[in-house]
Amino acid sequence: MTVLVLMDESDASRQALTLARKFGEPRSMRMDALGAFAPDAIAAALAEAASELNVAAVFGAGTDRGNEVMARLAARLGLPFAANCIAVTPGDPVTLTRLRWGGSLLEEARLHSPRPLITVAPHTIPADSGPAPVEVDVKPPAEADLVVRVVDHVSPSNGGVSLAEAKVIVSGGRGVGSKEGFAIIEDLAGLLGAAVGCSRAVTSAGWRPHSDQVGQTGTKVAPEVYIACGISGATQHMAGLKGAKRILAINSDPQAPLMLNADYTVTGDLKEIVPAISAEIRKRR
Amino acid sequence: MRVLACIKRVPITGGRIVLAEDARAINTQHLAFTMSPHEECGVEEAARLIEAHKGDSVVLTLGPPEATEQLRDAMALGIDRAIHLQTDGQEWDGEATAAALTDAIRADEAASGRFDIIFLGNESADSGGFQVGARVAYALGRPLVTGLKKVTLDGSSVRCEQEVEGGRDVYVVPLPAVLTVKEGLNLPRYPSVPGRMRARSKPVAVSTPARPAPHLELVRLAVPAGQGRRAESLGAGAAAAPAVVEMLQKAGVV
Ligand SMILES: Cc1cc2nc3c(=O)[nH]c(=O)nc-3n(C[C@@H](O)[C@H](O)[C@H](O)COP(=O)(O)OP(=O)(O)OC[C@H]3O[C@@H](n4cnc5c(N)ncnc54)[C@H](O)[C@@H]3O)c2cc1C
Ligand SMILES: Cc1cc2nc3c(=O)[nH]c(=O)nc-3n(C[C@H](O)[C@H](O)[C@H](O)COP(=O)(O)OP(=O)(O)OC[C@H]3O[C@@H](n4cnc5c(N)ncnc54)[C@H](O)[C@@H]3O)c2cc1C
Repeated sequence: MTVLVLMDESDASRQALTLARKFGEPRSMRMDALGAFAPDAIAAALAEAASELNVAAVFGAGTDRGNEVMARLAARLGLPFAANCIAVTPGDPVTLTRLRWGGSLLEEARLHSPRPLITVAPHTIPADSGPAPVEVDVKPPAEADLVVRVVDHVSPSNGGVSLAEAKVIVSGGRGVGSKEGFAIIEDLAGLLGAAVGCSRAVTSAGWRPHSDQVGQTGTKVAPEVYIACGISGATQHMAGLKGAKRILAINSDPQAPLMLNADYTVTGDLKEIVPAISAEIRKRR
Repeated sequence: MRVLACIKRVPITGGRIVLAEDARAINTQHLAFTMSPHEECGVEEAARLIEAHKGDSVVLTLGPPEATEQLRDAMALGIDRAIHLQTDGQEWDGEATAAALTDAIRADEAASGRFDIIFLGNESADSGGFQVGARVAYALGRPLVTGLKKVTLDGSSVRCEQEVEGGRDVYVVPLPAVLTVKEGLNLPRYPSVPGRMRARSKPVAVSTPARPAPHLELVRLAVPAGQGRRAESLGAGAAAAPAVVEMLQKAGVV
């Protein structure tokens, strides 16, 4: 049997390849096979290749683009689609485990489908290191499938350290108290060359822009050190921290979930502790 | 113009997810409910568009009777009326959900005219199937753009900004269109007291579609094993600062 894998440069697509091999001999299609991103055109090309090769399944990466194209393929073919899987066993039905709640919960499910459509959640299973699969041929797309396509790109204007790539993040929650209260967070972040992050309580209050929000509906981060100041640690916030190497929690409540899920804790008032840390760093320079 | 926002009722799980005894759902006995932040931004955008361009804004959900609460929340933010496809609390898979939403959209459009824009969340907060928007768009034969952080109306088309690594990709598609959005699209207003009062008397059309057998069938849920962190206390108050800096030095970031 043959299995089709939608691939890009991401590790996640080589993780998809790992699971795809369980279903047969992989062939691949590149996400950029048609040049500028046109998701309907890629979905159409996948549909055609899947039927021509009579593939056992189609796999993709559980990235924004991977999930988007696979959802379009599913809609086009009228087949079920399981997003963000971390384990799959071929069979009828296919049994699988997938992420819910941004990774805070696992779901075991049975997928009843003549041609399973599956994406694999990033950072969950080992990436395939075997030979690259042979690419399938892609025909020029139909005009109708080019209505939705990328026509321009705009770069962010803020120039600061990007949250997703930051090595250190100093993050503030409702406990910071106000927009002005973030001055001490920014000061410490400046000393550490860190990005400033925050919880949703903070963005909802309008103290910080949403681009600073960490979590399930914000940015997923992977710093060496994440310093959480006055953040309680709701599951939706923690969903953004799965890639953090070390977490330091500063909170007046020693029982706050973040204090229980951190590597290091300091108990007390962040308004005293954060400036004291900054002063200590300055003193040692 | 006419704008629709699709929302889903989900529990606010707090610091720890507790499962029901049969492990097929979250134990929600002590939990409050909400719509996803993504969807709340869709609702806010729909309300703003109708405030600016006049017309009709509608909110649509498939969910249990209690989901009326989320429909009222959406109407408190300015949506004019609601459609509630009531379920008995059983969950529907993405295909079935999209089919029921599409039927309801077709029925409403037959009565009141075409929706220029249909907003959905990029993914639901709980199940995260990443697919209902695509299925609705394909069924209706309309262009779909996903994961949007900015939407600007320009005559008979809409300019869409999608967040990608290193910036934003731009799409321009003709109306009518289906758009899935992410939190950050806008900052939803805090519902005013008069807004809440008005929401109570806005119309909610209720119907009860039949649930087809799921193709993606939930077997059980599990809470992933903890990351094995054992918190080490570095002390209390300002006196902990030296220990914190030593930790940062060891981590190689100072
Ligand atoms: C106990 C339990 C059992 C379940 N069993 C199954 C099962 O057997 N099979 C299965 O596939 N799923 C099951 N689910 C999850 C299921 O209900 C999904 O929520 C459903 O498939 C919708 O897809 P999604 O949430 O993944 O949507 P997504 O595609 O992630 O949602 C995208 C957007 O679509 C809109 N949307 C989604 N759902 C609705 C809705 N109900 N009303 C209005 N708009 C909506 C929202 O705008 C949302 O942001 C179960 C869940 C529970 C808790
Ligand atoms: C579907 C969904 C998606 C969500 N997505 C996200 C997301 O992406 N990101 C996110 O962050 N949240 C998200 N949330 C919201 C989340 O559930 C919480 O409401 C939010 O994270 C709480 O923010 P917080 O910890 O700052 O506030 P709180 O929970 O109010 O916690 C404040 C903390 O500060 C401490 N504190 C107070 N004063 C001080 C002081 N002086 N010194 C030290 N500590 C102090 C308190 O002890 C407390 O622990 C989502 C929610 C839902 C339902």
